[in-house]
Amino acid sequence: MRGALVLLPAAFFAVFFAYPVATIVGRGLRTDAGWRPGRLGEVLARPEVLDVLWFTTWQALASTALTLLVALPGAYVFARFDFPGKQALRAVVTVPFVLPTVVVGTAFLALLGRGGLLDGLWGVRLDTTVWAILLAHVFFNYAVVVRTVGGLWAQLDPRQEEAARVLGASRLTAWRRVTLPALGPAVAAAALMVFLFTYTSFGVVVILGGPAYRTLEAEIYRQTAQLLDLPTAAVLTLVQFAAAAAVLAVHARTVRRRETALRLVDPAGTAHRPRGAGQWALLGGVLASIALLLVLPLGVLVARSLDASGGLGFYRALRSAEASGGTFVVPPLEAVRNSLEFAFAATAIAVTVGGLAAAALTRRAGRLVRGFDALLMLPLGVSAVTVGFGFLVALDEPPLDLRSSWILVPLAQALVGVPFVVRTMLPVLRAVDVRLREAAAVLGASPLRAWREVDLPMVRRALFVAAGFAFAVSLGEFGATVFIARADHPTLPVAVARLLGRPGELNYGQAMALSTILMAVCAVALLLLERVRTDRKGEF
Amino acid sequence: MSTTKKITAGAAAVAVGALTLTACGGSGGTDDGARSKTVTLVSHDSFAASDAVLKAFTEETGYTVKVLKSGDAVEAVNKAVLTKGAPQGDVFFGVDNTTLSRALDNGLFEPYAAKGLDRVGEAFRLDGDRHRVTPVDYGDICVNYDKKYFADRKLAPPRTFDDLAEPAYKDLLVVENPERSSPGLGFLLGTAAAYGDGGASRPGGGGWQGYWKKLKDNGVKVVDSWEIAYNQEFSGSAGGRKAKADRPLVVSYASSPPVEVLYGDPRPAEAPTGVAEGTCYRQIEFAGLLEGAANEEGGKALLDFLVGKRFQEDMPLNMFVHPVSEDARLPELFTRHGVVIDKPLTMAPEKIAANRDQWIQSWSSLVLK
Amino acid sequence: MLLRLEGVTVRFGTRTALDAVDLTVGEHETVCVLGPSGSGKSTLLRVVAGLLRADAGRVLLAGADQARVPVHRRGVGLMFQDHQLFPQRDVAGNVAFGLRMRGVPRAERAARVADLLDLVGLPGAERRSVAALSGGEQQRVALARALAPNPRLLMLDEPLGQLDRGLRERLVTELRGLFHRLGTTVLAVTHDQAEAFALADRVVVMDEGRIAQAGTPLEVWQRPASEFVARFLGFDNVVAATVSGDAADTVWGRLPVPPGTPPGAARLLVRPAGVRLGAPADGLRCTVEGRTFRGHHVAVLLRPADTDAPVLEAECALRDAPEEGAVVGAAFVPDEVVVLG
Repeated sequence: MRGALVLLPAAFFAVFFAYPVATIVGRGLRTDAGWRPGRLGEVLARPEVLDVLWFTTWQALASTALTLLVALPGAYVFARFDFPGKQALRAVVTVPFVLPTVVVGTAFLALLGRGGLLDGLWGVRLDTTVWAILLAHVFFNYAVVVRTVGGLWAQLDPRQEEAARVLGASRLTAWRRVTLPALGPAVAAAALMVFLFTYTSFGVVVILGGPAYRTLEAEIYRQTAQLLDLPTAAVLTLVQFAAAAAVLAVHARTVRRRETALRLVDPAGTAHRPRGAGQWALLGGVLASIALLLVLPLGVLVARSLDASGGLGFYRALRSAEASGGTFVVPPLEAVRNSLEFAFAATAIAVTVGGLAAAALTRRAGRLVRGFDALLMLPLGVSAVTVGFGFLVALDEPPLDLRSSWILVPLAQALVGVPFVVRTMLPVLRAVDVRLREAAAVLGASPLRAWREVDLPMVRRALFVAAGFAFAVSLGEFGATVFIARADHPTLPVAVARLLGRPGELNYGQAMALSTILMAVCAVALLLLERVRTDRKGEF
Repeated sequence: MSTTKKITAGAAAVAVGALTLTACGGSGGTDDGARSKTVTLVSHDSFAASDAVLKAFTEETGYTVKVLKSGDAVEAVNKAVLTKGAPQGDVFFGVDNTTLSRALDNGLFEPYAAKGLDRVGEAFRLDGDRHRVTPVDYGDICVNYDKKYFADRKLAPPRTFDDLAEPAYKDLLVVENPERSSPGLGFLLGTAAAYGDGGASRPGGGGWQGYWKKLKDNGVKVVDSWEIAYNQEFSGSAGGRKAKADRPLVVSYASSPPVEVLYGDPRPAEAPTGVAEGTCYRQIEFAGLLEGAANEEGGKALLDFLVGKRFQEDMPLNMFVHPVSEDARLPELFTRHGVVIDKPLTMAPEKIAANRDQWIQSWSSLVLK
Repeated sequence: MLLRLEGVTVRFGTRTALDAVDLTVGEHETVCVLGPSGSGKSTLLRVVAGLLRADAGRVLLAGADQARVPVHRRGVGLMFQDHQLFPQRDVAGNVAFGLRMRGVPRAERAARVADLLDLVGLPGAERRSVAALSGGEQQRVALARALAPNPRLLMLDEPLGQLDRGLRERLVTELRGLFHRLGTTVLAVTHDQAEAFALADRVVVMDEGRIAQAGTPLEVWQRPASEFVARFLGFDNVVAATVSGDAADTVWGRLPVPPGTPPGAARLLVRPAGVRLGAPADGLRCTVEGRTFRGHHVAVLLRPADTDAPVLEAECALRDAPEEGAVVGAAFVPDEVVVLG
């Protein structure tokens, strides 16, 4: 019966991930004469493939380490300090997540590139260096750490750390011995996601690194979409897959068993205003790093969107585009609506599928279910190109001829959203004390009701964090969506990309204006989510 | 026990709901059969047409056009090849010289001689009398220059490939990576058409390899996409000006200068950029009836329409390409701010097909390493 | 009988937590299950609540077999050892929980919550956060929460376990009064005999999953059924004996036994109150090894001088207690000698 919970996520995963990927890989490795496993060796023998694999791996590891280094203090500050504008800032740090990489490239070059801030101050240029890639990865993934880790951190009982301090532990030791182990699973989950994201990074590497740097993902794109060399692409996909699976296995072995029941408290009670010079300095440092790494690049985009004759000229041009029509230029309101529609659909699918999976995984379960947990993460580590092209060749027969259907877009986005939902909800769900459920049951709550009354209020925060992620993933057009043929319902990122694809000042300015609108939509949506999640108390 | 059942039932309901929606939303041109009133056009992301023009098609023929955009030009053709036999639509638009052989060799299209083809010049009809593809538009990939940059320095802008390798233009050119970008590939093919194949074995010896060696020595910068090259690196574009770009030469299109005028803010009297006319490589774009099209009749009507005067005259300001039909008149914007390239470089599709992958490979080891 | 357990057995792997337990609790009765930790007390409550399934035997509530009744339909209340208050709800939200589950209208709920908070001595605490409550207050809220739906059987798991002694003693009295007033049927488990004796109408002592003795507090106190029960109740003067007639031979000498005791080998318990101290010549010669002040009396530990017999505990009035190191004679009072089963 526990298995029944797993059924829907398993079916979702099988139909929309495993089957398409297997089909496209199969096409690459099979000829009329049968399977050609020998191709594996042929491709792997090429030295440039090993170079690509090596670069992909080390830049992902470095990006993950750097992101954790920069973002963990941020997670702490968001979890434990009260300061004005905290909620708005939390939404702002998530904004990079939704921006198209082309736009981010533009923004980031303003920081690191020619005439950028660093160039102006010290004459340092980091564009087309690996540093640009690493810093952009921090920019993108900051929110992953702040949200996954901070969400749990805020609910940890600070008294446990206090208890350790009373027992003679220094502040650092107390943190290391009490808080860190409790946070461990969440930190590992965040690290895992950042790793997988940067491991499959494509746009950032291409735009900021230039042609000299190439990840597996970029290479798979080239082999699949440009050269139609499916055998090579299939081998590279398998390599990428194997590496992702290995990382997931390590994660599962080292971390999963440490997710135990924690004492969770109301997050409202754990945050306080910073006290003492040390805490103020920490807060200041975190705010400064956010300002430099996140707000400044975003600000560049906003500034450029306003850099028209008469200030709001580009926004007015967006409105006049609405009147002129044509299938190329998209009325911005329509693009906003399309984006929101897709995002809501994707969020609903991701939360349903991921929520069920997390609920199933919460219960003590066998090796099978644990393996399933890792499987659910795989879409993050497998090439979006492969998935997108897999959709094309696999889902081509009724009743699953979805290739030209709009649902494919939110489905592909949900594939990326589900791991986020699972990873954010699972640590919290596992931390809920079973005896609370028992207490509810004895008081007359049916199991479903007990889940709703006990688990849900405690995971609500995680649930909204998860939904926020799924929403942002969708707004940012993650995953295979770029490679799905779609009917003309252009979303904001698609419209931005179209505008950037043509010459002309108005097009460029409108692209910046639409990007700014995209940021605003994201920030407002996340703020609303935050509002819902704090708007509770005393259900009497 | 009962919980799990309820949750599962609820989830199943959601899933079923989603799939039901899918079924409704998915009713495209492919699954409705021959009597469908929808004709599906599969194309690349740059496809654009005025609403009014598409509406006119519906009024004339009774068919509604559904446009399915399928990635950049090469990607879209490759997807069509992958879905051969179970196509995503009825008509494909966006095969060009570079991809034509791949499309034809894979038997992507059903022959159909579109009405109005007689008004299209011989030079564009690369498939001759077999009529598997119908030429629709052409455009030239050329080096663009930033007029202000050269005027400020009283320097004459380059006109030919040879000029680009001159010391006067050192560190001024940015090009796109032909591995990933269609104008980048066009530029490489242009140099190959101009200099011939010098052979991979002795780079620097001659042919296009020798020319690119000189370009590299002259400080050519390679980026991965047109968007970066034009909006980030090219000093003549709006984005480039804001990014303090320092490359006044970029590989773009012959139509880019008029478009700069059209989308200037405010609209300038004269284009801020110009075209090095001796560097132009011509691309012709074709459309064809996809084999296995669900709505063959509609597809044929759409092909007729694509070479018809109305669509042909609508194209220039939507996709910034030139019409192939002699009936179509160019908009004033193009005649005033654009240039007509009399002797563009061209290359036969078969030759491209035979050499492309290998050329890209040797280009990559020559220029990127 | 409201609750009847028939041969209930629960095994965890190879360990038997409950071994064929038979137990009844009558209407309005308060029964305390007493035993050291690991004796299966909590398991017993979990089986009755339905949180755990018995491997054998039946649980009947008001005569109905509960095997197929899920937890939430059993209509019993359970107060957890560490309260398990819902951290995300305030005091009222916790107390009203069971009422909400039963669909009690809002206004009625509010009134009942107010009444219960009055009853447990926390009037007006509705809006307080449970995290901000002291241990004793949490205790009261947990009690109010368990009482709110008027369960036909209220189960308490170490109800006063975490409280300090003074509070515990006061609360025990309060609870007893409360249960009597409300007519609640109570099944409590505790490891604290004082708590059990103060609270219960009937006490059940458990030993390794089995019931060692059941009876009124007085019965159990006066006549522990086994050495285990005796020792668990804190009596350490247990000794092997051979009964013949109305006396028995032990290492402490010849002790009087109640009339009618069957002859042969037996274990005897000598209550400390039954050890009288006199001059060294007047009884078993002992050295005073230690004295512990116990409020109304002093517990005196005696080391028999002549033998390697175990130490003996005696109870003395304050002013009669001998000094440490003093040599005394111990005599035994027949009424305070109990033959163990």
